[in-house]
Amino acid sequence: MTTLTEVPETSAARETPARRRRPVDRLPYLLLLPALVIIGVLLLWPLGQVVAMSFYRLNSVRQLRGDREWPWVGLGNYTDILSDPFFLTVLRNTVLFAAANVLLTMVLGTLVGLLLNRLGRKMATFVASCVMLAWATPALTGTIVWKWIFDDTSGLVTWLFNALPDGFSQALFGRSDWTGYGWFNSPLLFFAILTLVVVWHSFPFIAVSVLAGLKSVPSELHEAARVDGASPWRVFWKITFPLLRPVFGILIVLSTIWDFKVFTQQFVLAGGTQDRPTFMLSIYSYAEAFSPPPKYGLGAAIAVILTLILLVVTGFYVRMVLRQEDES
Amino acid sequence: MKKVALNAAGLLVALFAAFPVYWMISTSLKPSSEIFSSTPQPVPAHPTLAHYREILTGNLIPGVSFLDFFVNSAIVAVSTVVLSGLVALLAATAVARFRFKLRTSFLIMLLVVQMIPLEALVIPLFLMIQRLGLYNTLPSLILTYLGFSLPFAVWMLRGFVAAVPKELEEAAAIDGASRAQTFRRVLFPLVAPGLVATSIFSFITAWNELIFALTFINDQGRYTLPVAMTFFFGRDDTNWGPVMAASTLFTLPVIIFFLLVQRRMVSGLVAGAVKG
Repeated sequence: MTTLTEVPETSAARETPARRRRPVDRLPYLLLLPALVIIGVLLLWPLGQVVAMSFYRLNSVRQLRGDREWPWVGLGNYTDILSDPFFLTVLRNTVLFAAANVLLTMVLGTLVGLLLNRLGRKMATFVASCVMLAWATPALTGTIVWKWIFDDTSGLVTWLFNALPDGFSQALFGRSDWTGYGWFNSPLLFFAILTLVVVWHSFPFIAVSVLAGLKSVPSELHEAARVDGASPWRVFWKITFPLLRPVFGILIVLSTIWDFKVFTQQFVLAGGTQDRPTFMLSIYSYAEAFSPPPKYGLGAAIAVILTLILLVVTGFYVRMVLRQEDES
Repeated sequence: MKKVALNAAGLLVALFAAFPVYWMISTSLKPSSEIFSSTPQPVPAHPTLAHYREILTGNLIPGVSFLDFFVNSAIVAVSTVVLSGLVALLAATAVARFRFKLRTSFLIMLLVVQMIPLEALVIPLFLMIQRLGLYNTLPSLILTYLGFSLPFAVWMLRGFVAAVPKELEEAAAIDGASRAQTFRRVLFPLVAPGLVATSIFSFITAWNELIFALTFINDQGRYTLPVAMTFFFGRDDTNWGPVMAASTLFTLPVIIFFLLVQRRMVSGLVAGAVKG
């Protein structure tokens, strides 16, 4: 009888020519089967399907149900997208937004992680608990609250700007009465607020991960450097950063992936899919596919483009994780 | 002096992080006159549960109340948790306890599929749901979220199963327990805390999800909470009191659950990078 715990074959045993052939144990495959089926059917097959759909002109639900023909258009959807100047706007929005958010999230998260490591015990616990609140808040409700804070009549920010001395406000912004000011109307301001919301949601993860990394670094190293008179800036770049390089690598890749496909925050902040000047790839794909008139094929092609971009980033991620699994 | 500066910075960070959550709860407890006054009150001067009462007793659309959406969301989330926990436990046992040919390939696949942008799958899954005749049903969401939560659940549970000493199972086997008995009586009780932690993540995934719920459900009575909130919030005359009360009720379970498991989230996501 084989036990549940299989003894791993040693390489010595494998090389012995007289090794007895054991029948392949089927149990692990049976245990994996449900998971494999689910991942296959619900993640991998749709991933293939989205590529397939991007080659067809699919403009009605009846086509999806199979009641109507699927006209093959080859790369037609892709040429439509790439020749549309609007795609460049979307791509620029997506890339700039992701770059700004990754940078801000990493800087703020790292600073907070370093700070938590330096604070006294009680204070650190208090600050960390507050930071956890931001992390735990669902993207949906977090965004709704920020939208309330930026409400154009009774929002806190509107009140703050109204509270500025009129002359000062007039000189700086050209207006003194902020009631009714549409905070979300200009694309630039919209992206600034969206960045605030997304960074607020995502810096806690970076802070906590950096803190966990710092805890694993022997504190003697830092103390020694400080005793030798190194500035905090130097200590960070010469000691902390090199030691935590793998952590930073993974955090940057994960943040990049997350910030490239922000959807909920944008959808809620913009109040749907009407605000085209602020479109980024994921909401563009969704809007093309599902806002009437539906264009599922075109939406699928945009989704494929987004996926390809993220695939490159994922390649880095998997390589880093595997390298670290090897080392540990 | 330096200590004061550090503590001040700490307080600033705490304020930035926690303020929106505080503001949500605080607004939900204010009477409308305070919410829409021209000078905001930092603390509710006359706290009231009126907005909660309005939300819990009134109908958001004829015949459908907030509680109905709550129930829809709960059905979807709990079903997802149970199914994904069960399947993940089997797979995690396979990966943590056996050495077999495709083991490494499976682990790499787990990592890779977690990076698939789920937003890109909404169109093909919409197609699948239409074909299966599941459009406009809660099972369409349960199925979808099962797929989304499973890879992370397996990845996380793998560590819990591996942490159970093999000797315990070997001892049980020597005492004549069958594989099934060993699994049920020895491994399962020891992995249970890990299963709870994993389940919480699946729960949060299912509870928070918006895009798919928005796309697969058409009938307002079957909306999940996030969709209902987006829908009722999207109107022009946003009545912030009830909206904040609803947001609070939606958020609190997540925050409580999340705080229970956040430690594992870090180690799960950063994988081998953070040691100790």
